[in-house]
Amino acid sequence: MGEFIMEKDLYILGIESSCDETAASIVKNGTEIISNVVASQIESHKRFGGVVPEIASRHHVENVTIVLEEALKQANMEPKDLDAVCITEGPGLVGALLIGINAAKAFAFAHNLPIVGTHHIAGHIYANNLMQPMEFPLLALVVSGGHTELVLMKEHGSFEVIGETRDDAAGEAYDKVARVLDIPYPGGPRIDQMAHESDEAIEFPRVWLEPNSYDFSFSGLKSAVINYQHNAKQRGGDINPYHIAKGFQDSVVEVLSTKTLRAAREFNVKQVIAAGGVSANKGLRTELEKIFNEEGIPFFVPPLKLCTDNAAMIAAAGTEMFKAGKRSGWDLNGRPGMELRSWND
Amino acid sequence: MIWLGIDTANTPLAVALVKDGQVLANEVTNIKLNHSGGAMLAIERLLTRVKLTAQDIDAVAVSEGPGSYTGIRIGVTIAKTLAWTLNKPLVGVSSLKMLAANAAMYNGIVCTLIDARRQNVYAGAFDAANGFENVVEDHHYSIADLIEKLDSLNAPVLFVGHDVDTFWDVIVETLGERAVRAPYTIDLPDAAQLIYLAEKMPQLTGDAVHNFVPQYRRLAEAEANWIKEQKNK
Ligand SMILES: [Zn+2]
Repeated sequence: MGEFIMEKDLYILGIESSCDETAASIVKNGTEIISNVVASQIESHKRFGGVVPEIASRHHVENVTIVLEEALKQANMEPKDLDAVCITEGPGLVGALLIGINAAKAFAFAHNLPIVGTHHIAGHIYANNLMQPMEFPLLALVVSGGHTELVLMKEHGSFEVIGETRDDAAGEAYDKVARVLDIPYPGGPRIDQMAHESDEAIEFPRVWLEPNSYDFSFSGLKSAVINYQHNAKQRGGDINPYHIAKGFQDSVVEVLSTKTLRAAREFNVKQVIAAGGVSANKGLRTELEKIFNEEGIPFFVPPLKLCTDNAAMIAAAGTEMFKAGKRSGWDLNGRPGMELRSWND
Repeated sequence: MIWLGIDTANTPLAVALVKDGQVLANEVTNIKLNHSGGAMLAIERLLTRVKLTAQDIDAVAVSEGPGSYTGIRIGVTIAKTLAWTLNKPLVGVSSLKMLAANAAMYNGIVCTLIDARRQNVYAGAFDAANGFENVVEDHHYSIADLIEKLDSLNAPVLFVGHDVDTFWDVIVETLGERAVRAPYTIDLPDAAQLIYLAEKMPQLTGDAVHNFVPQYRRLAEAEANWIKEQKNK
């Protein structure tokens, strides 16, 4: 009989502060959430109609040690029980990123733990690994306030961005249309709700770009909504915001799901996953579930609290990096424009 | 008792270790540094140099501002995280008072200031003869307002800080011979002074460490605008 090697369980602390959530989480072996704490600042930013970076940074300093303590307490663990600290290195708001980063470094330094700088989008994708094992090749549709990307993964740590937005991110388009419709921040979930409640839709254009492209563009759609609203007002006609919301959402969902399906077929993927804040969108979720069910390709989207920013996803991605031997130094710094790169090259 | 002192409130980066009233190590650098990348590295370097580890730290002193928003947050985040997770006390000290303490042998009013751009400063004035009590509150002032406040003190004022030179001409214009310029050797923040002041101040523990935040001495721009809008409604 061959030698039997017992693999030690890995307990990783994840920390995330790239935008307006201060979050900490402990994850076992990259797949099992032991604790998951998120302090949202959304109430504070509402009055400004969006996230104000300076205010976000101030709140992160107020929250960071409280959130860390809570994550340890809920897990009933001590720092000595941990194997590493994983932290969002980028992309994100620089002032916000560096609160999590410096807290992570101080914590890790105090307890002589290694530290791993992690990519925020890799985190969103790896949120799925907390629900079911990722299978490769895998296609991820990443949709959030800052991102709209199709990412092909051939194995753990391998990321190939096959399509991305050329202008607005999907979530950004939602926020802008919400503003046009006078819906208070954050407007995305409300538009989704209104679209859901409407049985009629205004016909807005679908932007497909070049026939082979997996890229996206949403600024034209946003302008079409603004023009429609403007013209309707000038004619003095009735404007039904519910019909606009449904028309807008139908266009976004159709483009996103059609391109995702085409890519899934071309690359013969075993799994399709959705990630990022906008993947919580009911309209998008339902459509993707339907088409991939028909196609016979397993499709997954994490539950709401793992779609929006959290630290469990950072710990999940970071665990794979840690296993691949990746480590950061005490000079680790925030990288607001960090690109998603493979870590297994 | 081993103290760690950290100041990243402005351009200079200052860190020090003090053990039982003796400076073990002290480092200050005054070039445009990236504190987020450099502060933790400096702390590690200092501890390694004196053959100590983070676990040997008994108390943490930090410059709480005012100064660069981002800069203060880096020092404060590191300090409060270390204090919380090592379960050790934390003391926050004004970045302006810390600088004034460099003039400990002086027997009069000391003004320290930090350039806040567009003819504004973060500044305070302290009575060196009376435990560095504030005689002009730490605040964000226009340089004109600051000079007016100092003028009304009717006493000589010693100016300390590497940003003083930027405003020296306009200071002398009003204060004349009452304005005294400190030698450049005491113009930079000294983390050992920070610890020296911290030793005499109340120590924060438990929830007070969690709740410790920078002293920005100024509202964020968005917040100031928002308050203005509410008033105009
Ligand atoms: Zn995100």
